[in-house]
Amino acid sequence: MPSLWISNARVIDPASKRDAVGDLFISNGKIVASLSSAEKKKAKKIDAKGLVACPGLVDIHVHFREPGQMHKETIETGSRAAAAGGFTSVVCMPNTAPVADTAGTIQQIKDAIARTACIKVYQTGCITVGMKGQALAPIGSLKRAGVIAITDDGDCVQSNDLMRRACEYAKMFDLPLMDHCQDHSMTVGAVMNEGVVSTRLGLKGWPNAAEDIIVSRNVILATYTGAHIHMQHISSKASVELLRRAKARGVSVTAEATPHHIALTDEACGTYDTHFKMNPPLRTEEDRIAIIEGLRDGTLDILATDHAPHTDYEKDKEFDYAPNGILGLETALAVSLEILVRKNKFKLATVVDLFTRKPAQLLKLEAGTLADGAPADVCLFDPNEKWVYDAKAGFSKSSNSPWHGQELRGRVKTTIVDGKVVFNNGKISA
Amino acid sequence: MPWTRRHLLTLEELSLHEIDQIHATAAAFKKILGRSVKKVPALRGKTIVNLFLEPSTRTRMAFDMAAKRLSADVISLDGSSSSTTKGETLRDTAQNIEALQADMIVIRHSAAGSPLYLSKILGIPVINAGDGSHEHPTQGLLDTFTMREHLGSLKGRKVVILGDILFSRVARSNIHALTKFGANVTIVGPSTLVPRTFEALGVTVSHDLKSALSDADVVMLLRIQHERQTAGMFPSLGEYTGLFGLNKTRASWLNPKAIIMHPGPINRGVEIDSELADGNNSVILEQVTNGIAVRMAVLYLCSGGQPESVVSA
Ligand SMILES: [Zn+2]
Repeated sequence: MPSLWISNARVIDPASKRDAVGDLFISNGKIVASLSSAEKKKAKKIDAKGLVACPGLVDIHVHFREPGQMHKETIETGSRAAAAGGFTSVVCMPNTAPVADTAGTIQQIKDAIARTACIKVYQTGCITVGMKGQALAPIGSLKRAGVIAITDDGDCVQSNDLMRRACEYAKMFDLPLMDHCQDHSMTVGAVMNEGVVSTRLGLKGWPNAAEDIIVSRNVILATYTGAHIHMQHISSKASVELLRRAKARGVSVTAEATPHHIALTDEACGTYDTHFKMNPPLRTEEDRIAIIEGLRDGTLDILATDHAPHTDYEKDKEFDYAPNGILGLETALAVSLEILVRKNKFKLATVVDLFTRKPAQLLKLEAGTLADGAPADVCLFDPNEKWVYDAKAGFSKSSNSPWHGQELRGRVKTTIVDGKVVFNNGKISA
Repeated sequence: MPWTRRHLLTLEELSLHEIDQIHATAAAFKKILGRSVKKVPALRGKTIVNLFLEPSTRTRMAFDMAAKRLSADVISLDGSSSSTTKGETLRDTAQNIEALQADMIVIRHSAAGSPLYLSKILGIPVINAGDGSHEHPTQGLLDTFTMREHLGSLKGRKVVILGDILFSRVARSNIHALTKFGANVTIVGPSTLVPRTFEALGVTVSHDLKSALSDADVVMLLRIQHERQTAGMFPSLGEYTGLFGLNKTRASWLNPKAIIMHPGPINRGVEIDSELADGNNSVILEQVTNGIAVRMAVLYLCSGGQPESVVSA
């Protein structure tokens, strides 16, 4: 593998507090401070004038559908979509078929990752057996098999007592719990946010109270047990406020926001377009603004996509019957730059931080920095390039994106994993 | 202005003028229904498919009758006989109907938005006969048609809709039409079934029956479904009736000339006492008759007819 010499880039690495135009050197898969003049002669040069070079993006919330639903996505296609979006490390949710609740399934997934992934793919395990919310999964064996967190994402452990035991048990292994916060008893049949828009459309609403109640529960259990609970895809203003107060008290909770919840509101469901059907649902403008403010003041720690592929024919249905979820990996950076940097005056480095150092730190991944000696996972992007996103031409097996056909600004040019270019100018090179 | 819509999906999207056109056309058809030969050749040679994926006897009979009065051929499919129960998608079912050379499709479906979805897929007119809790536009049209027959202009009139508003497509369609006519609409019932979010549709939300009914010109009752009780929306049918059932005493709070409406089927003794349902102020059976005329108007206009040429049709 040749050394790489990336020149003239604006290098943004929040982890090492670097934000300046300069060079980036890679040798033997690692970031190095410099190359010898002999190495420089042999190095492959990438002129990155006008581009930002940042650590490869990290997404701790994706659904790659393998095993079981490989018609929607596989680890291979999902990892390619991730590479095209600038991501070099992603974390898969365990709601596959079968669900990832045994060491054997984890091993099977790890084998597929080793065989087919072009970026670093990490695996989570279930909190409960079969994700049924009734008995603890073999969390110790899952940890030994290599999971980096446990979650019943897509579902939510409803029993407070079982969740309490999961917290206590997982803490023994220093495993974080990630939770999709949803009180099921309040959301039976719900397909969008409950409010004025659902009233007009005659669709069953999912009240934000159902999220807020579980966020409160988790704050209480994290306080009581000392376990780390990470709240996934926070969507409501009240939840942001609950987390803000909990964090001020030093409770070990963290939380994520998705690009779609900072960009869209429930008004988008107005034509029953199933590309806006997701869980938790798109909420109101007030919620959207609260989430952006939560990201600004650190109440919400990171951005994550909840990349959830479904085939065209699955989404091509009555709104009530279509599955929840949208793609996210290939549009996440552009959408976040638009909403946070251009519309809400975030610093570019802050958004990079939300996608790199912070998520890596949250799950203790060896990623998210361009420091000397770090793995050479790099994302090169043009923050201003305008492009029209064609979901059907993307790398995911599915194309269920609300941004299909829209002009986006900010485009990933090159993705490097361990010093190897895996994506360049629209093509996977892995 | 000529009629230009191909589909009838919602009353929310119709202009006041369009509702007027439908009502005027319905009035002309209603005269025809009074003749000894109740049939006109307006849609002769056309085939209308009634795709009723959610059970309904009344609305389906009314659409059937309306289509036959216009000399159309009618095929009715209900939920149990349609292939959607065998796992076929709505898209496939609808495209098959179109491929069988149907000229128009009338759809009743439990999923809100499904008529709009079909209108984007199909090249033939789609008529919404009720989609989930969203809209029931022909019901809203026949209800407002009936009100105008009795009250003339609806501007400034007080219309009370009483009962299960949250899940009611009838309420939504009526609210959209009535607010366009300038009526003052009050929705009333238990707070679980009449949430505040409806204020965004331009209505007054009340949980006090007496103040709601006082001087009302119309009270429209909605059917109370037993399932709502088991879903925890209210404690019991008895308690509902005790608080919100329309009886003689409560009806006395209304404007003396007020009309009492109900889209049917009625739970006698639950949302309304029998003597009121059958009393002089009740227009419940007129609603049924008007339902044919209004549906004739809708089928006729959406298949390309024009309001002014009805009588010659
Ligand atoms: Zn989730």
